[in-house]
Amino acid sequence: MVSYILRRVLQSIIVLLVVGLVAFSMFRFVGDPIEQLLGQERTQQDVERLREALGLNDPFIVQYADFLARALQGDFGISYRQSRPVAEILLERLPATLELAFISGFLAVTLGIALGVFTAIRRKGVAANVIMSTSLIGVSLPTFLIGILLIYVFGVQLRWLPTFGRGEVVDLGWWTTGLLTESGLKSLILPAITLGLYQMTLIMRLVRAEMLEVLRQDYIRFARARGLSAKAVNFRHALKNTMVPVITVTGLQLGSIIAFAIITETVFQWPGVGLLFINAVQFVDIPVMAAYLMLISVMFVAINLIVDLLYVWVDPRLRVDGRTA
Amino acid sequence: MTSPLTITDLTVEFPTRRKLFTAVDDATLTVEPGEIHGLVGESGAGKSTIGAAIMGLLDKPGRIAAGTIKLGEREISGLDPAAMRALRGKQLSMIFQDPLTSLNPLFTVGEQLVETIEAHLKLSGGAARKRAIELLDRVGIPNPDTRVDQYPHQFSGGMRQRVVIALALCSEPDIIIADEPTTALDVSIQAQILDLIRELARERQVGVILITHDMGVIAETTDRVTVMYDGRIVESGPTAQVLGHPQHEYTRSLIAAVPRPGLKLDRFPQISYGGRETTFKIEDLARDWPAQPRTEGPLLEVRGITKRFLDKGSLIPSRRTYFTAVDEVSFDIRAGEVFGLVGESGSGKSTIARMIAGLYPLDGGEVIFDGTPISEDPEAFRRQVQMIFQDPYSSLNPRHRVDRIVAEPALHLGVIPKENVKARVAELLDRVGLGAEAGLKYPHEFSGGQRQRISIARALATQPRFLICDEPTSALDVSIQAQILNILKDLQEHLGLTMLFISHDLPVVRQMCDRVGVLKGGQLVEVQETGRLFEAPDHPYTKELIRLMPKTDLLSTEGLTG
Amino acid sequence: MTHLPADPETETGLAPSAHRPSRWRAAWDSDIAYSFRHSPVAMVAAFVTALLILSAIFAPLIAPTNPFDPSSLNLMNGFSQPMEPNAFTGDTFLMGTDDQGRDVFSTILYGMRISLFVGAMAVLLAMVLGITLGLIAGYFRGWTDTIIMRIADVQLTFPSILVAMLIFGIARGIIPIQYRDEMAIWVLILAIGLSDWVQFARVVRGATMVERGKEYVQAAQLIGRSPLSIMVGHILPNVLSPVLVIATISLALAIIAEATLSFLGVGAPPTQPSLGTLIRIGQDFLFSGEWWILFFPACTLLALALSVNLLGDWLRDALNPKLN
Repeated sequence: MVSYILRRVLQSIIVLLVVGLVAFSMFRFVGDPIEQLLGQERTQQDVERLREALGLNDPFIVQYADFLARALQGDFGISYRQSRPVAEILLERLPATLELAFISGFLAVTLGIALGVFTAIRRKGVAANVIMSTSLIGVSLPTFLIGILLIYVFGVQLRWLPTFGRGEVVDLGWWTTGLLTESGLKSLILPAITLGLYQMTLIMRLVRAEMLEVLRQDYIRFARARGLSAKAVNFRHALKNTMVPVITVTGLQLGSIIAFAIITETVFQWPGVGLLFINAVQFVDIPVMAAYLMLISVMFVAINLIVDLLYVWVDPRLRVDGRTA
Repeated sequence: MTSPLTITDLTVEFPTRRKLFTAVDDATLTVEPGEIHGLVGESGAGKSTIGAAIMGLLDKPGRIAAGTIKLGEREISGLDPAAMRALRGKQLSMIFQDPLTSLNPLFTVGEQLVETIEAHLKLSGGAARKRAIELLDRVGIPNPDTRVDQYPHQFSGGMRQRVVIALALCSEPDIIIADEPTTALDVSIQAQILDLIRELARERQVGVILITHDMGVIAETTDRVTVMYDGRIVESGPTAQVLGHPQHEYTRSLIAAVPRPGLKLDRFPQISYGGRETTFKIEDLARDWPAQPRTEGPLLEVRGITKRFLDKGSLIPSRRTYFTAVDEVSFDIRAGEVFGLVGESGSGKSTIARMIAGLYPLDGGEVIFDGTPISEDPEAFRRQVQMIFQDPYSSLNPRHRVDRIVAEPALHLGVIPKENVKARVAELLDRVGLGAEAGLKYPHEFSGGQRQRISIARALATQPRFLICDEPTSALDVSIQAQILNILKDLQEHLGLTMLFISHDLPVVRQMCDRVGVLKGGQLVEVQETGRLFEAPDHPYTKELIRLMPKTDLLSTEGLTG
Repeated sequence: MTHLPADPETETGLAPSAHRPSRWRAAWDSDIAYSFRHSPVAMVAAFVTALLILSAIFAPLIAPTNPFDPSSLNLMNGFSQPMEPNAFTGDTFLMGTDDQGRDVFSTILYGMRISLFVGAMAVLLAMVLGITLGLIAGYFRGWTDTIIMRIADVQLTFPSILVAMLIFGIARGIIPIQYRDEMAIWVLILAIGLSDWVQFARVVRGATMVERGKEYVQAAQLIGRSPLSIMVGHILPNVLSPVLVIATISLALAIIAEATLSFLGVGAPPTQPSLGTLIRIGQDFLFSGEWWILFFPACTLLALALSVNLLGDWLRDALNPKLN
């Protein structure tokens, strides 16, 4: 078991190194940094001096190591567009994204699992079929359309809720939160629903499919044949076995919440890192893109590690080393 | 006091899109307390459907269309789900075929036992756990008080089936339905599990319905037997009487088709029931078969071949561990003989077949065909070897038409001119008894036995000298097995084919082989003339295997000629 | 597992086959066609999908105006309400016009062309890539498999929409500014296609590993067929049905992904607007009351994605009968 976890950690580090390589290659080869920094008025000597200063004449591997070392210290360079340190911009905007992602992720996971289990058990029921049909519309409805729809109904027509921004925030020094003010909470409602709804639909459909698969297994038939109650069969035996694959995919879905936050943040002009990233893509602001990539890969890798640990907790086959006769 | 189970005029139907399929038709039988009642028949006979109907676990859209099932005086068919659930486990229990999938992998054996005990007996907590340990002990699990807290994956196949039996016993049921309880197990484990079931039935006065396709299991274990064919009961009575003096023609044909370890037949008697005879036209085939070149000495020499599989991978070579599937095995196969390889699962017999066929690279040793090492000229060897596989459902590509399947080896190896391939395929399909028009169909339109004939046609298309048969009949019903074995005997006799015959089934080996090698854990422990192997085996392991074979002495020998 | 038996009379002899039904007849009678004929949802979905695809293909013939031909535009027609004559010119437009006086119905037809083209090409790219890599990984196992699937795992960690944005961003950085708009459609196809191959690869790999263990593959290996001919000739036809399901669902996802990227302004350029671009443009007018500029493209997008999704959903159930 220890070796399993160690292997996972090692793999995570390799993933991060690969992502770092991608980010670094973006820096180095996409859009010439000299071009970006010097502009039109320059001499060949300026170029050479800057190349030397930036270490662009060093061997590739040295440059990469240098990049990683600086990234570890939180130095991601200067944004081409805002001319401020990238790390500073990111840290300033991170709380907004994390608060939004956390609330919607929580909604999506709890409701998604509950509805998935319900629709799997009551497969033939009217309510389950209605939910399933609705969910297909949910999957077909792009996140940005859900957002626009909510804005139109609750913001423009009913004028109940704000349609952009975070509202008032409280500055805690290292963290700004919108959870402590009324306007902050109100501002959170529509974006959180927008972001959570699509993920919830996916999780629900996944849980249902996995649960139906598990319910077909022999050990479920045998549990029924032993006369265990429907409750014990469904919620003890089937649910626990369903959770093994569900944990993996839910982990991935939580990752995509952070990605889909980009869309939600654009629709609601939510001042998070996603909005920052999409602007960086539009204007080819490579340092911001690279830093964002590094930042969220750290989050993804962390989520995956937690998923792996949960796995060990749920599945005894991973807990025991070696095989027993 | 436990109550008898009475089934009267039971009919089970599966309405399908095209027609109404009657899986069980008007079946009547009784199981007394303490009695083991065998339900035997070939696939599709409806025996498992009866078991599922009793348990109220019929797969959708199956339904009981007529008849009654009574436990004691109580009618149990058509009970509502809650009442049925109370009955299941309480009075009725079930043992499934595959112990690997019957237990939930995420709960300990103890947890699964305790919840079942608590659901049915007035026991809880510590008392239930104590009872669970007692049950594990009773079904022969060593150290039950530590093993109770282990997970299913920590038990071997045979031990898991014991746990499954313990689970079925939790509530002290009146009736246990065991659906092919030993089919997934090796012969030696099978004998132990059947002994256990027999003991428990006596001791607890439980009625057991033992569903199986295996006449040997029926003969050894049951008190009474009911023979089914195509959904109908054709014969029922005390086991010794039914097997020894079968009255119905189907029972007779079924019993005649069972290979006997004690009696080598020239051919299985061609008693067939309920179907038209298909003729295998061996004479036509033999007429244009090339004469076998005279070969001095053995045709195939296997010299110390070894195969290792990676057991635990690692980046560091010294930390990798290997599992030796085949360990320096050597034997010769003489031209024109049938050489058998027997062993339990994991003994390496199929691996050896694949190594000789060139499907697995060798990790040591060499194989010499007709005086030339295969590694020197694999092309030449490929033209002279063909293989017949175990599973007729997976050995033919479902997306290819039969004519393409049969033609592929001959075309690819270029053994016959392209323009003749079509005629050759039609001729072969005709000679294996399917008719030339079979080439236009797809494999799924054929039954298992027919598919195995297609496999044979494919193998013969290149006119090979050497044929590898890897468990060619183990997926087939016994009557079809008899037909296929007869065909293989014909091939060997009339075409002079040399064969390597792999099987786990000793009676089949007895019928087919001239000499036999016995494998255990990847090593060849004994090579012997077949007759001598069965009458006077040398190695203790062989003796044990022979001793554990299901006895067929009870079976009628009517119509059999040695 | 209970096997329904073959007909008893076919067990030992050939079933009397008086005449074999024609190919068309057999297709009509097949289980999948039967399931289709008995699923109203699938039929409606297929009808809507076909209608939308056909109107996209024949857009130049159907559309009342060519929205990209400046000579056909009249700024006076700007902001016409649907089905109401324009106050200045008296022209009537089925779905109204936008600020430039472009007919919304025509822009939708042309936009759908872009959306469907990008979606279909992206799925094609993902499919070719995924099938190839999946077959190779599943067939050869070992190191090849480990490397391919590790890459897939790492990519799967990153949501495909994000991967698509990154690829788009990198491609924009590499392509000189003057070609950016021109190449945008192809960059979009590349971005979505590369972000979606993992699904195909995983499914094909899994199915290949199952098929590879089957004896018909060994029969082909026995006679010395090359791995390539076994993969293409034997295994590929047997792994296509799950691929078909994923391709259908992926098409819906690709259309949505394209719309999302275009909506975010990192997709189809305003000179070649897709449905997503139209919604992006329409969003600006939503608050000032010109709802139709957004409403109709959004409905078209939803109808397209929903009908393709419904087809995929039905297909998955129909090809996997054990689910019912």
